[in-house]
Amino acid sequence: MAIILALGIGLMMAGGVWLALRPRSFSVVLGLTLMSYAVNLLILMSGRIDRRVPPLALPGAEDLADPLPQALVLTAIVIGFGMTAFLIALALKALAVNRSDRLGEGAVPPGDEGKD
Amino acid sequence: MAEPLLFALVALPFLAAGLVAAAGARSRRAAALLAGGAMLAGLLMLAKMAPAVFAGETLYASLVWLPDWGLDLALRLDGLGLLFVLLIDGIGLLIVIYAAYYLPPDDRLGRFYLLLLAFAGGMLGVVLAENILLMLLFWEITSLTSFLLIAYKYKDLDTRIAARMALAITGGGGLALLAGLLMLGEMAGSFLLTDILGRGDQIRAHASYPVMLVLVLLGAFTKSAQFPFHFWLPNAMAAPTPASAYLHSATMVKAGVFLLCRLYPALSGTELWFILVSTTGAVTFLLGAYLALLRHDFKGLLAYSTISHLGLITLLLGLGTAFGPVAAVFHIINHAVFKASLFMVAGIVDHETGSRDMRRLSGLRRSMPYTTALAVLASGAMAGVPFLNGFLSKEMFFAETVALGGALRWLMAGIATLGGVLAVAYSAKFVNDVFLGPPPTDLPRTPHEPVWMMRVPVDLLVAIVLIVGLFPQFAVAPLLRTASAAVLGSPVPPLDLAIWHGFNLPMVMSIVALGGGLVYFTRREQVFSIADRFAFGLPSPVAFERVYYGLVAGSRALLAAVDQQSVRQNFGLMLIFTAVLGLWSWQSAGGPWLGHLGFGSFGAAELLGLVAMALGVGGVVRMHRQRLVAVMFLSVVGLVVALAFVRLAAPDLALTQLSVEVASIVLLLLALRYLPPDVEAEPEPKERARRWRDAGLAGMVGLGTAALVLAMLTRPFDTISAWHIAQSVPGGGGSNIVNVILVDFRGFDTMGEVAVLAMAALGIQALLSGLKLPPAVGNASREADRYPIMLKMMMQPMLPLLLAIAVYLFLRGHNLPGGGFVAGLIIAMALLLQYLASGIEVARTRLRTDFVRLLGLGLGLCALTGAAAFAFGRPFLTSTHGYVHPPVIEKFELASAMVFDLGILMVVVASLVLALAELGTLSTREVREG
Repeated sequence: MAIILALGIGLMMAGGVWLALRPRSFSVVLGLTLMSYAVNLLILMSGRIDRRVPPLALPGAEDLADPLPQALVLTAIVIGFGMTAFLIALALKALAVNRSDRLGEGAVPPGDEGKD
Repeated sequence: MAEPLLFALVALPFLAAGLVAAAGARSRRAAALLAGGAMLAGLLMLAKMAPAVFAGETLYASLVWLPDWGLDLALRLDGLGLLFVLLIDGIGLLIVIYAAYYLPPDDRLGRFYLLLLAFAGGMLGVVLAENILLMLLFWEITSLTSFLLIAYKYKDLDTRIAARMALAITGGGGLALLAGLLMLGEMAGSFLLTDILGRGDQIRAHASYPVMLVLVLLGAFTKSAQFPFHFWLPNAMAAPTPASAYLHSATMVKAGVFLLCRLYPALSGTELWFILVSTTGAVTFLLGAYLALLRHDFKGLLAYSTISHLGLITLLLGLGTAFGPVAAVFHIINHAVFKASLFMVAGIVDHETGSRDMRRLSGLRRSMPYTTALAVLASGAMAGVPFLNGFLSKEMFFAETVALGGALRWLMAGIATLGGVLAVAYSAKFVNDVFLGPPPTDLPRTPHEPVWMMRVPVDLLVAIVLIVGLFPQFAVAPLLRTASAAVLGSPVPPLDLAIWHGFNLPMVMSIVALGGGLVYFTRREQVFSIADRFAFGLPSPVAFERVYYGLVAGSRALLAAVDQQSVRQNFGLMLIFTAVLGLWSWQSAGGPWLGHLGFGSFGAAELLGLVAMALGVGGVVRMHRQRLVAVMFLSVVGLVVALAFVRLAAPDLALTQLSVEVASIVLLLLALRYLPPDVEAEPEPKERARRWRDAGLAGMVGLGTAALVLAMLTRPFDTISAWHIAQSVPGGGGSNIVNVILVDFRGFDTMGEVAVLAMAALGIQALLSGLKLPPAVGNASREADRYPIMLKMMMQPMLPLLLAIAVYLFLRGHNLPGGGFVAGLIIAMALLLQYLASGIEVARTRLRTDFVRLLGLGLGLCALTGAAAFAFGRPFLTSTHGYVHPPVIEKFELASAMVFDLGILMVVVASLVLALAELGTLSTREVREG
């Protein structure tokens, strides 16, 4: 299982990074989503992968999976969505202002900030 | 001895500043009375505390502020502090009176007094601070407020440049001082003056003493306008004269020499101190005096004279003789008194004649006899004429120079005499050019005596000049002794303050200075012509501005060279940096890459999942230009991740992931309508090269992450959650440990996280509200099937069903997989499906919910549940739980954490609906292209 997870997470990271380095804003959103999948799995794994019982403290339950990373990842998933939504809004705003969804185009030249 | 009154003494000017600002808008008189009252109250407080200080005590007041950083609100009042409080509040009071008559009637005074009081508060803080970091804080307040005072007439460009110069120099010095004081505190092991002053030997023996000393001296020298930082002071004469009189006699510039006095026991006594301080002082002393004579603007003359006198005080502190500091303190007092009166006289002349140019002014003794008398006395003190206060401290200065040993004795005595000659000359010039000679001819106003109230402050100061000059032992000896004892850190040797010490070397030097000064003055035309020949034609404001703009241009060029303003480049750099950090820590940690656990076994299901994921990732990467297809591939990856969560025994995560997945897809699809198609012509060679580079980077990151995963999974380690598992039921009242952690054990964390979600939603609303976008080419026509009938029909039964599921998941969440997050996501999705099915306007009118309000309500509920614990004397977010037995349903557990969970649910629902609905409403205000 370890090797499967390592390959899967590595694959998602590689794809995510490559997409995030593309010049269009939508690709960046796709890339960041892939990376957040990978990171969420990575954090979850820090609670080990060998225990197969969901972390419910029911009578007689033994060998529970680690609940702590699960709690952390749960909020991370929701916040990841918030982040994606924010990025999309930012991309649309940039599209309206710059009339292009290319990153870095129409950027304010250094030193001219706050002039308008 | 503890003395809480010290806090009031420092706080008073700041409080009064606020009141004055309010009063100044209505009445000049009220503003002046308030400001004067604040200064007077300060003096009265000082009078209450003074007897103890004169008896040799040091008063302390302390409040704990940031103890971990060694920063407490600690104040102290000793002799030196007493002297300076007297100067700050005493001369401050006179300045307040003077300014009320000096500033033009259309000036409402509120702003002036506000700044003056804030500045006085800063000065009081500097001189009363027991903690040197606190002192630095007040030091910066004086830098900032003096900047504002100098820039008082801000509409004038030269004034603004002058103020900027003063701020750049004194603020820069403040930075050096910050570093120096931090080092000093480290060396002494404490930031309290009491400790630092007692550990002088330890500090002087420290290896970094020279660095620290230079930094501290930079702070002191910039503030006290010592060469080569002196040039800001003459330009600061752009300030209104009352401000100049205050800043450049008793306060601002004295802060530097105050610092030297304050730290004298800790820092002085080394060769380095002697060389740096006495050389700087001597050069400043001579240069200021020489330049003063060359000025034609009498305020400029006084400014350079101030520089010179500050140099004198610095020189005295540098000499290291037994009486040096005593003479320095004495001259601080005398200079403050006569220079304040001279500045005020200068202001009166300026006010009544309309000119400051000594080439135009002349013979004012006829029209202003009384003012002339005051000016002559004060100038005499500046020159060091007997029977006036300046003479006494100058005699002490001469005596200290001849008390030195060896060749230095004659060098210093020569410098002192030469400075004395120059001082007599410029004082004579001031009196002669302004008050003597033929009547003036071309003045803007006909000169006459000022209103008497404007002269009262000068009267008082000149009276002090005379009284101290005539009866020093009676008038000033106790104050001088107390203040000097604080500087020396030990009892003062017996003082002999007398006008006549017999015919000795200092007396001869005084006579030489007086005679030589008058001779030098009569030959001044020759001096001017020589000076004109060697003057360099670059005035300091111009030079300063050139340097200033050069620095700005330089930093902009550097920034432009370093930062290409490209997200891609910055992201790439960040990744490379992260990779380097990771490799480096791997390298330095040592040990093998893999642990001994092996890669483990896997079955067909896992392999299938991996293949599906690889297909998904590959699809997204390959098809990312066909965005709709890419989104579909992305959802495949998301599903596999959800399955992985199931496989890894995390049902809550799988539920959440699935719901979020739906929301994300809807979100991405909504955005697609507006994004222009990603069609690409033949890529440029540059872009092609970039792709290889990006691919390399991506491969590196992927490999690195995979290696990290393997390194982690092949090593055995124990997790830290045994406590959470054991405490879930007894402590949190729920068997779903993940949920209990979220809403109970780490509730505060969760609250922060939903707050982030709420902020993101509000940010989206702010970004998108009012935004008008044209639909991308090819998307505009797809409107016929706006509200799909199938979905509409299905949603009618689905909505209540989905809501019921959400309620069920929410209620059982504390014990079984579910909870506020999942339930919230499902409710949000149900509402959004409703939006999709029946159109945003219809759904809006039907739902009638203000989601921003719901957001606030949810956050408020979370906070309130947390705060409710306070009512039972427990920490924030302490939960409680119990069992209730409602009819119909069997035993039902109720935990206060459930209310918290409800708050989370509300925030999640509101955030999602806000974000997605805002994207959806974009379509209702699309602009048509063409």
